[in-house]
Amino acid sequence: MASDRVNWNGSDVITMRYEAPETMEAAVELLSSDEGARVLAGGTDLLVQLRAEMIEPSLVVDVKRIAAMREITKENDGIRVGAAVAGAELGEHEEFKATWPGVLEAFELIGSTQIQGRATMGGNLCNASPAADSVPAMIAAGATATILGPGGQRDVPVEDIAIGPGQTSLDKGELVTSFFFPKPAARTGDAYLRFIPRTEMDIAVVGAGICLTLDDSDICKAARVSLGAVAARALVVDEAADALIGTPVDEAALAKLAEAASAAAKPIDDKRGTKEFRIQVMGVMARRTAEIALARAKAN
Amino acid sequence: MARYHVSATVNGDDVEFLCEPEQTLLDVLRDELHLTGTKEGCASGDCGACSVMIDGRLVCSCLVMGAEVGDREIETIEGMADGEQLHPLQQKFLDYAALQCGYCTPGILIAAKALLERNPDPTETEARFWLAGNLCRCTGYDKIMRAVMDTAAEMRGE
Ligand SMILES: Cc1cc2nc3c(=O)[nH]c(=O)nc-3n(C[C@H](O)[C@H](O)[C@H](O)COP(=O)(O)OP(=O)(O)OC[C@H]3O[C@@H](n4cnc5c(N)ncnc54)[C@H](O)[C@@H]3O)c2cc1C
Ligand code: FES
Ligand code: FES
Repeated sequence: MASDRVNWNGSDVITMRYEAPETMEAAVELLSSDEGARVLAGGTDLLVQLRAEMIEPSLVVDVKRIAAMREITKENDGIRVGAAVAGAELGEHEEFKATWPGVLEAFELIGSTQIQGRATMGGNLCNASPAADSVPAMIAAGATATILGPGGQRDVPVEDIAIGPGQTSLDKGELVTSFFFPKPAARTGDAYLRFIPRTEMDIAVVGAGICLTLDDSDICKAARVSLGAVAARALVVDEAADALIGTPVDEAALAKLAEAASAAAKPIDDKRGTKEFRIQVMGVMARRTAEIALARAKAN
Repeated sequence: MARYHVSATVNGDDVEFLCEPEQTLLDVLRDELHLTGTKEGCASGDCGACSVMIDGRLVCSCLVMGAEVGDREIETIEGMADGEQLHPLQQKFLDYAALQCGYCTPGILIAAKALLERNPDPTETEARFWLAGNLCRCTGYDKIMRAVMDTAAEMRGE
């Protein structure tokens, strides 16, 4: 290896192979063939981690040349989004935008315009940051991840993929190929809000994804609430959803929702927020998110 | 360890280069192709100094592997002027003194051009959000925003 080149760390000790297969099967084969293999999607986490020497993969498998992983397709009972679709691409899909504004607004919160040109939901989920913005919104929407691996294909609810900071439930050689968003019932609305101290370019201190469905008399008949950045992984909080179901999502229900969201929050203290602050703000954000989801459900 | 042979186009020209998997597109542009207009500020996606276009999308070249760009169309600041004729954004940045040290300028010009191609009539808020990933330590952004908004108006023929 020539050492007159500029490497991640200015040294020439790392030897890393790059492959860009054109089929999912070839990607799985490559991933299974090398203990130190990593998937590369948009690279907005991976390249930062490479440079920081947090990871030293021996093989990088770029999945962006796999056409099926970059497609957004309509199926009878929902929309399928390839795991390697970038934020900027999803934002141009009118039907997705109209159907899942909450998922899209969460995904579009990730980074700058430049980051949006590359970042994918597959990467956001599999990087497994507890503060990943698109994850609570996907969970609230009831999305499932389709996974391909040496043992074949399986579908898993999004909430079962990230299991802790930087840890996923994927087996060796497995790859998330797409996300499936089931067609929402009539009068469904979703929303995502996060709290950050700035207006752009920051990591969620808390995040809330909520999806709810109203009946003909404006009573909430179904709800899903997912909270981000307040535990080791995004939480699904049934108590918070139960606070909304059977109510007109009025003041009393919202107060209960906020209480349940705060009670479920088990955050850490860090430079972006103390534990106490996060617990309190979690309730406030859950309530505001529900108000937006409610307005969208009424308009649908 | 093998190096990767990559063919792509940069500013409309066919280019070929050899790169190692550890090299980013930013490293390749600067060190292999000697296109040093694209700058490295942070190397972590935060500052936008390394902004380029790949297949019509604005990206940070510091977060792209050199080996990834085979057959892709890349546009950099070196392709912005038409010979001696500056792009309207470049001229307005001079007119408004929208740069001091100039380190952020190539990235901001590339990002602003991408904005105006998609949205010829942005509001100032839209322009500020679009450019939120481009940091400038010198100007305080005001002159940059005025230059961008005035270029947009001029390009619309107002
Ligand atoms: C400046 C900046 C700002 C950011 N802001 C935010 C923010 O506001 N909110 C936020 O949530 N994140 C943010 N991020 C983090 C990052 O952009 C997101 O997590 C993004 O969605 C990652 O997607 P990617 O395609 O770039 O992933 P990559 O970097 O390509 O991959 C990330 C990880 O997931 C694995 N992986 C990727 N795709 C798959 C797959 N299909 N199957 C299995 N494993 C896979 C990779 O091996 C890697 O470990 C920011 C990053 C930067 C640099
Ligand atoms: S150098 Fe690429 S974003 Fe700063
Ligand atoms: S002019 Fe110096 S950083 Fe922008």
